[in-house]
Amino acid sequence: MVKPAPHSRPAPAPVPGVVHDTARRGPAPGEKPTLETVWTWLSAIPDPEIPAIYLADLGIIRDVAWEGETLVVTITPTYSGCPATSIINLDIEMALRDHGIEELELKRQLSPPWTTDWMTDTGRAKLEAYGIAPPRPAGGPQHCPHCKSQAVERISQFGSTPCKAQWRCQDCLEPFDYFKCI
Amino acid sequence: MSTDPKFEFLCRMGDNALVLGHRVSEWCGVAPVLEEDIALANVALDLIGQTQLWLGLAGEVEGEGRDADKLAFHRDVWDFRNVLLVEQPNGDFGQTMMRQFLFDAWHLAQLTALIDSSDKEIAAIAEKSAKEVTYHLERSSDTVIGLGDGTEESHRRMQAALDLLWPYVGEMFLGDDVDAAMIAAGIAPDPVSLRAGYDQLVGDTLAAATLTKPEDDFAHKGGKSGARHSEHLGHMLTQMQWLQRAYPDATW
Repeated sequence: MVKPAPHSRPAPAPVPGVVHDTARRGPAPGEKPTLETVWTWLSAIPDPEIPAIYLADLGIIRDVAWEGETLVVTITPTYSGCPATSIINLDIEMALRDHGIEELELKRQLSPPWTTDWMTDTGRAKLEAYGIAPPRPAGGPQHCPHCKSQAVERISQFGSTPCKAQWRCQDCLEPFDYFKCI
Repeated sequence: MSTDPKFEFLCRMGDNALVLGHRVSEWCGVAPVLEEDIALANVALDLIGQTQLWLGLAGEVEGEGRDADKLAFHRDVWDFRNVLLVEQPNGDFGQTMMRQFLFDAWHLAQLTALIDSSDKEIAAIAEKSAKEVTYHLERSSDTVIGLGDGTEESHRRMQAALDLLWPYVGEMFLGDDVDAAMIAAGIAPDPVSLRAGYDQLVGDTLAAATLTKPEDDFAHKGGKSGARHSEHLGHMLTQMQWLQRAYPDATW
């Protein structure tokens, strides 16, 4: 009797009652990942304008849910005219399609409006490390993201993107971005 | 054009944001200093974003397949429903900021009242926009005070801007049949009800700016009803709509 070569070994016969078999009772075997998994995927998508932070850090993804066979992702815009919004939607769609999601719906939710309170602590720390002072309810940066001096002044209420303002450090004299608190 | 009062109301909100957003964007690249250039472009961007929400909803309410772009670029002057104030030319930087302040003060009051609208979609747009407009008002009032209470030259220009634009303030508080229908449906506030708070805020700011409010309360009207726009809107639309006029329905 000749042993079959390893590469031509047939797949083992399914054993009744094991996990694989149970999953087959679902409508689309192996194609409907858990919401936790989807959140993990979404967490890995960088913000298109501030790639130092991830979309999940911004707090703009408000909900992920299965509605039948359709994965519904609810997103809230940061600013109503922010040009990054359409890129964000495209990035989310591409990432989920890469993971094999076929039925996908992106929903826009305006209320409650986005607030920087939804930004994660990790996101805040990453912003500062990137050179952008994180938002603070006090209305201005705690300190210069470069030299940590508290002697800072505002140059302009607006900045290079809708979500930022321009500040300057009076000690190291470097201008820096401040993530507006809204 | 539809005569559904809700459609009319949404066009008024959207056209105010659109026309002012376009006007402010005309400063892009030519503002006095870089920071102001960026600030003006950001305000314009917020307003254009709000336009998409208002006119997008207007198109849905109308139900004839027109989206925000169609409403913005395929209507002519007589179909626009913005107040006359926002279509006035930019003038100098001071005049632009005075126009912004006089509008922002009304805009924020209007949006704040709309957060309690019986229409959930209108309330949601208002809630979103109010956050942005709070920021606009903070900047425009600070600038009016800074320039009004500034040099002799800046004070003179700000007073001239106020004298020029004040006759366009009254229209924002004039009610008509569309407003009456919106009040009855609990959708929007009575325009007149916003006047006292506006006068208080504007009075305080102008006092801090050492500027004198004109005594005459004469008000030009005809913009929000569409009866008669000033000559400036048509000229503005030839710029704003030129691409869709030259190449109808062109897309990216």
